[in-house]
Amino acid sequence: MNEEKTYSAAGEVGQVRVRRSRWERIRIELKKAPVSAWFGMIVIAIYAFVAIFAQFLAPFGEAQIFPKADLPWAMLGGETQHFFGTDQIGRDTLSRMIFGAQNTIGIALTTTVLSFLIGGSLGLIAAINQSWLDQLLSRGVDVIMSIPSLIFALMLLSIFGSSIPTLIFIIAALDSTRVFRLTRSVAINVVVMDYVEAARLRGEGLGWVMRREILPNILPPLVAEFGLRFSFVFLIIAALSFLGLGIQPPTADWGSMVRDGSRFIQFVAYDWTLALPSLLPAGAVALLTVAVNFVVDWFLHKTSGLRDEH
Amino acid sequence: MFAYHLISRSLKRLCEFRELGGDRLHPVFITILQRLGLGLLTLFLVSIIIFSSIAFLPGDFGEQVLGQNALPETVAAFRRELGLDQPAWWRYIQWVTAVLQGDFGTSFSGRASSGANEARTVVELIGPRLWNTLFLAGMTAIIAVPLSLFLGITAALKRNSFYDRSVNAVTLTTISFPEFFLAYLLIVFLAGFFPTLSTVNDNTEFGERVYKIALPALTMTLVIVAHMMRMTRASIINLLASPYVEMAQLKGVSRSKVILKHVLPNAWAPIATVIAFNLAYLVVGVVVVEVVFVYPGIGQLMVDSVSARDIPVAQACALIFAATYIILNLLADVIGIVTNPRLLHPR
Repeated sequence: MNEEKTYSAAGEVGQVRVRRSRWERIRIELKKAPVSAWFGMIVIAIYAFVAIFAQFLAPFGEAQIFPKADLPWAMLGGETQHFFGTDQIGRDTLSRMIFGAQNTIGIALTTTVLSFLIGGSLGLIAAINQSWLDQLLSRGVDVIMSIPSLIFALMLLSIFGSSIPTLIFIIAALDSTRVFRLTRSVAINVVVMDYVEAARLRGEGLGWVMRREILPNILPPLVAEFGLRFSFVFLIIAALSFLGLGIQPPTADWGSMVRDGSRFIQFVAYDWTLALPSLLPAGAVALLTVAVNFVVDWFLHKTSGLRDEH
Repeated sequence: MFAYHLISRSLKRLCEFRELGGDRLHPVFITILQRLGLGLLTLFLVSIIIFSSIAFLPGDFGEQVLGQNALPETVAAFRRELGLDQPAWWRYIQWVTAVLQGDFGTSFSGRASSGANEARTVVELIGPRLWNTLFLAGMTAIIAVPLSLFLGITAALKRNSFYDRSVNAVTLTTISFPEFFLAYLLIVFLAGFFPTLSTVNDNTEFGERVYKIALPALTMTLVIVAHMMRMTRASIINLLASPYVEMAQLKGVSRSKVILKHVLPNAWAPIATVIAFNLAYLVVGVVVVEVVFVYPGIGQLMVDSVSARDIPVAQACALIFAATYIILNLLADVIGIVTNPRLLHPR
């Protein structure tokens, strides 16, 4: 019998406690993650890979036009080199899907980061300041949030016209209202802590208090919110592009690809593969949002310690 | 903001005043009045936001609408018609009084550079389409509300069973799908049974109309059933865990009686709120779904007017959508207050 393997309670208590490194802790958490979270993380990783290396992965150019248009699966008959066929003016669908990943995800990510910069900093300032500024910002946000954001975005787009920078700014501004609310409501509990007061008393500036004292303590809900906001922004940009008011051609984008493909939709009753040109990009959007939701769900579960019964 | 504080304070005064006279206003009434005041204030601010959009138009809009070779007089006349030669607050008052009287102005489309004006009024454009949209939303609500209540209540009662888990899994997936993906999935599976284009006009018979909007109504049903069912389930589960339900079970009341007499009366408030919130959600979802199925509704009109930059029509549509959204949310609040037994019997 091996003596080292026998268990003794005293031995365990007496052991020297070794602090686990950050990587070890992350690895242990990942090991315990449920299947849905793993699925979500793998899907997100694949999307990120495709988006970053789109230029190397795509078999053809983003706006490269071929003289002969092909239906999906025509490649299996050996007639063409386009796996999912081409769109109505002869651009390779697969390549446009890959470039679409880069454009759509890139724009959605930029918008989300911008909305967090605006909403987060205003929310922190409102929580620290808690005077007329807080009142003004909060009531203003209430009013803006009482208009459905898709409708508001449509109205603003009718005024400013739709180009990618205006799209990013409009969605970021509308979305920052929700970030503002969350940041303010979680930060307001941290602002009253003694260490924040101590920092103020020793004469730290507003920026230092915001960044070094409050932000680290409200980070977990903000990270989870980032995921949710990202999928929301992603959906609303896809919806706007689908309505023809978001990202404009020739930039490849999933929302407008769904729109382009929808012209075949009345023939779907006779041949279901005709739905593929719109179903593929729509499915790509759906898969990414589901994946993000799974990961956020798991993360919220981990950080809040709550079991929500929904 | 300030006005809200003012309203609530004056209401409290009124209440105190009445109390002195011995004729006390019911506190619920005051809360409802406060909410209504807040709702009116929000509507007012929203109308300002929507109105001021026309003031932010870049460049000279007259030339854009009328074309490059419009005569200067025509452009000047157009600017005068829009009232751009008057101060903004005066234009706002005029616009609001006109809107309150049901006049949303004239569409920008149909104007020529020669000054010939064949533009239709916004009300003419919106009227029939608003009716179409309300028909679609109504059909969706008729299917979705009973279905989701049934699913939510049964799933809550059979919690953690296979039925509960499968209903949950399906709704969780449909929640995270974009509307157009659900729409195309339905088209792929049901295109053989229902028309994929919901082209209706004024002369379409009722039965045919229902048949033609089957797919859009089904798409929206899938979206809002998921929301409503999950919220209903959560609120019922919450109630089932409350002490008085446990007490009733412990004293041996039958299961159906517990549900009918103890759970449901308390569940009406959250359920009504859930329904109103989701009908408000329907307002937004309708835009995308109408475009997918080429349904001549107000959402499609708004999208068209935005891409043509037809500001009066876009403004009117935005105002209708925002007002519906605000009023439905207000209604949810009021129902929540009225049906709350703790507020109805103070002290």
